[in-house]
Amino acid sequence: MGKIKDKKKIKNIELPEESLGQQTRTLNLGPTHPATHGVFQNILEMDGERVLSAEATVGYIHRAFEKIAEQRAFYQVTPLTDRLNYCSAPINNLGWHLTVEKLLGIETPKRVDYMRVIIMELARISDHLICNSVIGVDAGAFTGFLYVMEYRELIYEIYEEISGGRLTTNIGRIGGFERDFNQKAWEKIDKFLEEYPVILKEFESLFDRNRIFIDRTQNVGGISLERALSYGFTGPNLRAAGLDYDIRTAKPYSRYQEFDFKIPVGTTGDIYDRYMVRNQEMWQSLSLIRQAVQKINDLKGEEAIPHHADVPDYYLPLKEKVYTKMEEMIYHFKIIYGEIDPPVGEVYHAVEGANGELGYYLVSDGGRAAYRLHFRRPCFIYYQAYPEIIKGSLLSDAILTMSSMNMIAGEMDA
Amino acid sequence: MDDKFIFEKIHQKFGEQIIGFEENYDIMAVYADKEINLKLLQYLYDDPELGFKFLTDLTAIHYPDNKGEELVVTYLVYNMLKKKHLRLKFKLDIQKPDIYTATSLHAGANWLERECYDFFGVNFVGHPNLIRIMNVEEMDYFPLRKEYPLEDQTRKDKDDDMFGRGDSHFNLGKLNI
Repeated sequence: MGKIKDKKKIKNIELPEESLGQQTRTLNLGPTHPATHGVFQNILEMDGERVLSAEATVGYIHRAFEKIAEQRAFYQVTPLTDRLNYCSAPINNLGWHLTVEKLLGIETPKRVDYMRVIIMELARISDHLICNSVIGVDAGAFTGFLYVMEYRELIYEIYEEISGGRLTTNIGRIGGFERDFNQKAWEKIDKFLEEYPVILKEFESLFDRNRIFIDRTQNVGGISLERALSYGFTGPNLRAAGLDYDIRTAKPYSRYQEFDFKIPVGTTGDIYDRYMVRNQEMWQSLSLIRQAVQKINDLKGEEAIPHHADVPDYYLPLKEKVYTKMEEMIYHFKIIYGEIDPPVGEVYHAVEGANGELGYYLVSDGGRAAYRLHFRRPCFIYYQAYPEIIKGSLLSDAILTMSSMNMIAGEMDA
Repeated sequence: MDDKFIFEKIHQKFGEQIIGFEENYDIMAVYADKEINLKLLQYLYDDPELGFKFLTDLTAIHYPDNKGEELVVTYLVYNMLKKKHLRLKFKLDIQKPDIYTATSLHAGANWLERECYDFFGVNFVGHPNLIRIMNVEEMDYFPLRKEYPLEDQTRKDKDDDMFGRGDSHFNLGKLNI
């Protein structure tokens, strides 16, 4: 085992000797700066208010999830994925479940897939509304943030009814959900579908054609499609640059192919386009949730009952049954003690996270824990374009660019 | 464009340097000689029929039992038009884990390669700024290699007494009661 070298060798940031006479200044934006909305650092070289160059540093909340996941059974990895993009934790959870199901070859019933679509689209809305309203906050318009925050709370209440968690939801299990949505959850989903469009409309009317907002965001922080692809952009940021790449249609999972929805795209990839793409996506998500609720209501007979696939080898049974029923107790012990071996192989599965392609690369050697698990975190990959994007822009625009790219420190550092 | 077509095409171009392939669910993994990693990526990028222009992911895996080829660096490239993934795998000797950088071709490879270096010690030859990205710079080991246990053995601040594991903790004689 290696040792950490002598602490004395750590370099402090030293100003060059002639720094007092020079025309530019070094500015540390972060690691804990209120405008960065997360823990990451940018060392900016400033000429007055203009950014000459930037260097981004990440890793301040690195928690070694990939290492931890090598020692945990598959179902124990779900709470780790919560902490990637914590603004839309359910997408991470369900993405992980889908990956494991792909490895194990589990077919989920229709109803489970539609329930998952509801949860994932709610999560997408909750992520986008935070991102868009924070663009408003950073541009000086606080009102929109307060308007939509009430509905993020409602979304969190829906999560709470379903899983018990709010921010880090740990929602669902391998094969489905741990319990069916209760009546309250359905009522709250209906309430959300009824009330949120009104608020979203109002939110849009505050920003979409607001002269100040347009002046602050149009032609600011843009990136060309070519550069965006080279940098590995995905999700709303890539679509704002003009490419309709969406995993929900490119590689459909969870029966997205049965749904009818549009993929909004921008043209210039600037802040305004990103904002507009996210806003339009929220409308599409609302429509997807409506369709999914309709599809669930239309299911008849046997199909209208299950909330999980019939995979007793991997689906943890209900606790009350573990204590009273023989078969459930056996499976409970088999799962907890790791007596069921998953197949050997490797699988890559990606879902359309709120920030882009959230991929799980799982290498299994037949043990109960992954031999290697790698998260493809969209944030981490596109954040490296940030210094290039803000070069030459004003500091206040750089802040706005950062919030419009929806940087989430948890996802970046894993 | 099916897997067979892709494999035959690159096999025709690179011959014996393409070592083999394996099917993993819907993604084919191609094993190739580490010397041609950049040439292969460039060929996949340039060829009009293949057109793998998007680097989705890059990471490494450590197999300590495979002597002489302990590290596997793996690239996942994607053709957006044809919706096709392809995985490339290159085996490296852990004593000399050198492989060419892909930063000139894919700008997004920069941090992915730094992450790979940080956790596995893969040396990407020609990388513009190959320094640690997640861990502290003074660290002199590569934590995702299999020989390192989960808990950091180098920490001195975790006093066992504080966690009820030390000898003195249960020594009631010390408490004078």
